[in-house]
Order: sequence, then structure tokens, then C-alpha cells
Amino acid sequence: MSNMNLTLKIWRQKDSKSKGKMVDYKVSDISEHMSFLEMMDVLNEQLINKGEDPVAFDHDCREGICGMCSMFINGEAHGPDRGVTTCQLHMRMFKDGDTITIEPFRAKAFPVMKDLVVDRSSFDRIQHAGGYISVNTSGNTQDANALPIAKEAADKAMDAATCIGCGACVATCKNASAMLFVGAKVSQYALLPQGQVEATERVQNMVKQMDLEGFGNCTNTGACEVECPKGISLETIARMNREYLTASIKG
Amino acid sequence: MSGLIKSSIARKVVMALSGLFLVFFLAQHFTINITSVIAPDTFNEWSHFMGYNGLVQFVLQPILIAGVIVHFVMGIALEIKNNNARAIKYNKYNGSANASWMSRNMIITGLVVLAFLGLHFYDFWVHEMSYKYIAGNPEDPTRYYEETVEKFEPFWRTVIYVISFVLLALHLWHGFASSFQSMGVNNKYKSAIQTFTKVYAIVIPLGFIFIALYHHLNPITH
Ligand code: SF4
Ligand code: FES
Repeated sequence: MSNMNLTLKIWRQKDSKSKGKMVDYKVSDISEHMSFLEMMDVLNEQLINKGEDPVAFDHDCREGICGMCSMFINGEAHGPDRGVTTCQLHMRMFKDGDTITIEPFRAKAFPVMKDLVVDRSSFDRIQHAGGYISVNTSGNTQDANALPIAKEAADKAMDAATCIGCGACVATCKNASAMLFVGAKVSQYALLPQGQVEATERVQNMVKQMDLEGFGNCTNTGACEVECPKGISLETIARMNREYLTASIKG
Repeated sequence: MSGLIKSSIARKVVMALSGLFLVFFLAQHFTINITSVIAPDTFNEWSHFMGYNGLVQFVLQPILIAGVIVHFVMGIALEIKNNNARAIKYNKYNGSANASWMSRNMIITGLVVLAFLGLHFYDFWVHEMSYKYIAGNPEDPTRYYEETVEKFEPFWRTVIYVISFVLLALHLWHGFASSFQSMGVNNKYKSAIQTFTKVYAIVIPLGFIFIALYHHLNPITH
């Protein structure tokens, strides 16, 4: 297959205070084997050679595990493919002559810092509010396997723990709700005995922080589950709702 | 109201519970209405009971009205909040790639149903209230059937009823199943619940449409 020529419509914004706008760029000779970020590298090299400001975007591992590569591509978080982050998105998902729209993840709780880079520290603050367990690590820590845990619970906890905090769920949700992320973080502890000690406060504090950050309210459209690169299920949101209701009754 | 209930999950549950209550009411309303097609005398009897029973009139009816108000005030408040949660919109947003039209447009289907309720209240409730309490007419246990059928004589009203019930079906298609998820029910019964709620979302509105069309096509001739 021959290489592709593409038109890119990219959100450019100088800093968090300035107003941004969409700018058109052309890239040529893009191989279908490239990842989306490699294509962005080609564009940035072009811009640098011309003495222009390269497009700022977040990335780190480039292998789908860090969750940094936030991009809203052609109207979808991480683009049209399923179960992948932007760094894992291949250019073979596009055709020669395509126009690709690239925007930052948009939510009031994810302010744009520059171009495609957004500040996702609201997720960190939600984690700080309760996404942990207290363990005595003085040197005689108990072996985790000493506690019997049902296989199914362990599996589901592990599934929930695969959330990489990328924020695609928020970016994709028509309400900019963070419930899939928080649902995953609550679930990963709620399913394990180690998580029971702080269970009541955990869910209440994390939900409170989520609301404080200005995320929207979930209306169960299910878009998050479809766009999540790690396949986190809506089941985690239902579990969080249950946890929250029982916690509220307990006080 | 959304200021009173502070947490996002509590608001979700309020939407779910008021919605489920209205779904239940719909089934009850349908059961009475369908008798207007199959047994007009029963329809008169039941309607008269609903209209003059103290418990129904002064306890259940206010609860129902409160349920409707809670559901739509909260729904509109949530819509505004959710709009604010993404102040700057996307240039390109491919909503149909990952969520159904019904789930994304609850506010539209909801507002149409609300507008319909306005007409419906005017047609039946305002009429009943002024008949009974303002004009102070005596009890007449046989008037309901005729009054109802007459309402469906005009073509325009029948059309509005039919369209409204189609939108109600779309609203229920997402909303009924959604209320279970909101209350944390997502377990081995999920697919059974989904099937039941989707069948309900189609069958009940279709039944109401049938009743409206039936009366429109079979007017009472004196
Ligand atoms: S739930 Fe999925 S989409 Fe949301 S932050 Fe975690 S990995 Fe990303
Ligand atoms: S760069 Fe780490 S997940 Fe994409």
C-alpha cells in the first residue's frame, strides 16, 4: 500500500490563558505502519524545520500503559480504534486524503495548558482523597497471599486496577463525567479484603472530590466503556453506586 | 433541588427512583385505559373510583404530581450542570460512535413528554378539577367513557398523542434500564432486566397509541 497524504485540523492554544483555534496542516508520505504519535512527530519535525512552534502533546511510554497520550481524534477519545490509546493507534485506520480533526480532551476539570496538553491533576486529587489502603510497611508486612480471596473477586479487582487514568472516559462522556475512572478506583479496593478497612470513607471522599472538581453527572450512556482503552466495565460504576449508598446509610 | 441533594450519585438515585415510580404509574394508567376499548362499563367504574376515592385524590394524586415535578426539575438541573462540565465544546464530536441516540437525547424526549403532559393535564385533569370542585357538578359514574372517546375525535389531538408516545418510548428505552444501573443493579440479572425494560418501553407506549387510534377511528355516534 502506498503512503498517505493527510490534512490535519489541530487545536492550537499558546497557554492556559489564551484563546485557541483550529489550524490546518498537511503531512505527506505517512506510512500505514506508523503510530498516530509517530505521525505527529513527522508533523512536528516539519514545523521545527520551518521555525514554527511544534504541537505540544502529552506522551510517555508509547506502549499503552501510562495513559498520557490524550487526544480527541475525529470526534472520539484516542480515535476510531477500540481498546487502544493514541500511541497504539495505527495510521492504517486512516485513508490517503483523509482530514483528521485533533483536539485536546475537553472538560472543565481538565483545563488545556497548551495545544493538546491538558491538566489531569483532578484525577490525582480524587486518588489522594481515598484511592489507597493503609498498610504497615515496617518490615514485617504480611504476605498478600496469606489472605484467602475468591478467584472471581481477585479477577474483577485486577480488571478494575488496569485503569491507567488516561481520562478518555471523561473526554468521551457527553456530560464530562468521571464515574468510570472513580468506579474503577473504588472497585479495585471494594472487591478485596484489604480495602474493607477504609471502605466507608473511601467512596464518600472520592465521590465528594470528584464532584468538587466539576465533573458532570453520569447518565449511563455507556460511551466511556466503549472508549476506555482498558475495557473498564460499567459494572464498576454500579458497584461504586452500591458502595456509596451503603456508605451513606452507615454514615 | 439539585442544590439540596449535593452528591452526584444521590442525584442519580433520585432520578432513578422518581423515574421508576413514573414507570409504575404508567402501567397502572394503561391498565385502566385499555378497559375503555374492551369494557366501557369497567372503564367508567374504575375511573369513577379513581376520581372520587379520597386516598387516590388526596394522597396518591399529590404524590404523583410531586414525582413528576421532582423528575423533570432534577432532569433539567442536571442537564444544565452537565453542560457546564464541558464549557468549551468539541469541534467534532462523534456521539453515535459509542452511545445510542436515546441515551444522548433524554432531555429532548423528556421535554416533549413534559409538553405533552401539559396538554394532557389540560385535557383531563383541569377538566376533572373544574367539573368536580369548581362547578360542583354532582357525581355521574357513567360520563367517563364518552368524555374520553370524544377527546380523540379531533385529528390533531390524536396525532399529538401518537407522536408523544413515540418519544415516550424512546425515553423509556434508555431510562428504564438506566435506573437499575444508577441504583447499582448490574449483576447476573442484567440481561433479563434489559430485556424486560426494553419490551416494556415498546409495548406500553404502543398500547397507548392503539387506544388513541381506536377511539379516533370509532367515534361515538348519537
Ligand atoms: S476508566 Fe478507562 S478511560 Fe477512564 S481513565 Fe481509566 S483507563 Fe482511562
Ligand atoms: S504514551 Fe503511554 S499510553 Fe500512550
